[in-house]
Amino acid sequence: MQEITLLVNNRPYSGTVEARTTLADFLRHSLGLKGTHLGCEHGVCGACTVLVDGASVRGCLMLAVQAEGAIVETVEGLAADDGTLHRLQEAFSKEHGLQCGFCTPGMLMTLIELLRENPSPTETEVREAISGNLCRCTGYQSIVRAVLSVTGRPVGAAGDL
Amino acid sequence: MKPPPFEYVRASTLGEAIATLSHNEDARILAGGQSLMAMMNLRYIFPSILVDINELHELAGISASPQLVRIGAMTRQRAIETSPALAGVAPIFQAAVHLVGHRQTRNRGTIGGSLCHLDPAAELPTLALLHDCTIEATGPNGPRRIAVADFITGYMTPGIAADEIVTAVEFAPWAPGHGYGFHEFARRHGDFAIASAAVLVERAADRTIERVAICVGGVGSVPQRHVAGEEALTGTKGDEAAVALALDRCSQLDYVADFHGGEDYRLSVARTMLRRSLADALDETRSGKAAA
Repeated sequence: MQEITLLVNNRPYSGTVEARTTLADFLRHSLGLKGTHLGCEHGVCGACTVLVDGASVRGCLMLAVQAEGAIVETVEGLAADDGTLHRLQEAFSKEHGLQCGFCTPGMLMTLIELLRENPSPTETEVREAISGNLCRCTGYQSIVRAVLSVTGRPVGAAGDL
Repeated sequence: MKPPPFEYVRASTLGEAIATLSHNEDARILAGGQSLMAMMNLRYIFPSILVDINELHELAGISASPQLVRIGAMTRQRAIETSPALAGVAPIFQAAVHLVGHRQTRNRGTIGGSLCHLDPAAELPTLALLHDCTIEATGPNGPRRIAVADFITGYMTPGIAADEIVTAVEFAPWAPGHGYGFHEFARRHGDFAIASAAVLVERAADRTIERVAICVGGVGSVPQRHVAGEEALTGTKGDEAAVALALDRCSQLDYVADFHGGEDYRLSVARTMLRRSLADALDETRSGKAAA
């Protein structure tokens, strides 16, 4: 067993994990943060995408023990404490950017990274950014429309609406 | 779809990592983990010990001058994609690494990991062979230098010992303003290429091609230098007949059939990718821009 300490959505967590526990399983099972979804568990579907030290990663391809000392952001950290949705989440809702919702947490975290770096991506850049996230409801058109509806304004830290 | 149990060692020095490998036959290095973790989740492999080298920050970094490029093995693919210094002397890296997996995997995946995994369709082994890179591997007796042609020994089989770790990749960049082209065909952006073609070209003042390198990936069991194609172009001005001969000679490379298609299909795709990459590399307005 391994001791780890990390910051998840601005809250410190310490715990003991088995070495083989993936970061995604740690978030879901140990911390109860079930917003991060696990689809394929071999790095293809992108549903488990979270941000580690600001960079999007596959939560199923990284061990929890490797997140020692890291700053982790998950979909739970996007909305404000009072439940007000992040404007990207709001846009997904308005533009029908989700149907079953399974891919949504990974889509959102991938896009948060993109928008922080480039607040005004082109449609091509948006499509390229989400090329690593599968949506099986075939909702890409509306996802892209949702992102393009919020471009042009800087995206700050998690919780910044 | 969970990895089997293993012992986890977070190496704090390179020596510790090598010693752990030397004493444990089925220990594996954990670099970016973007292939290894997937294979473990699928239970294709069962290493008893994982040696995590992510804390060996001295293995990450890019130094690029017109004389020499050195990329540390733990340099993330995303860092290679976005390095202005590397793009200045070897712009093909930016173009090709952009096609490696997806942003999420490039944020973790490393050049050393990609070279050691040695997927025949992966972009970084193709670029390494294109540039005649030297691979630095460090074992119990210190570092040694391996020519990339000797490093690529067969399908997904790097030419290093079980107790060696790839620590860096080096090459001499081509002359400023050299032409380059990289194209690949995949079913989806970021998927493994069904065929890829990488080209570098240097011309004399009278536009004669003095030096050309062509590497084709994805079609055989390893990335392959298209030597007969290079010979077809060397000494010419890159005219239509020389290009046609280089494309025609693609049939001399090795092709492997799989569920994407047969050998003829791969040859056809490889030829198309090479035609596009040659068009880019021979387009002097484009190479002029690369020099700026």
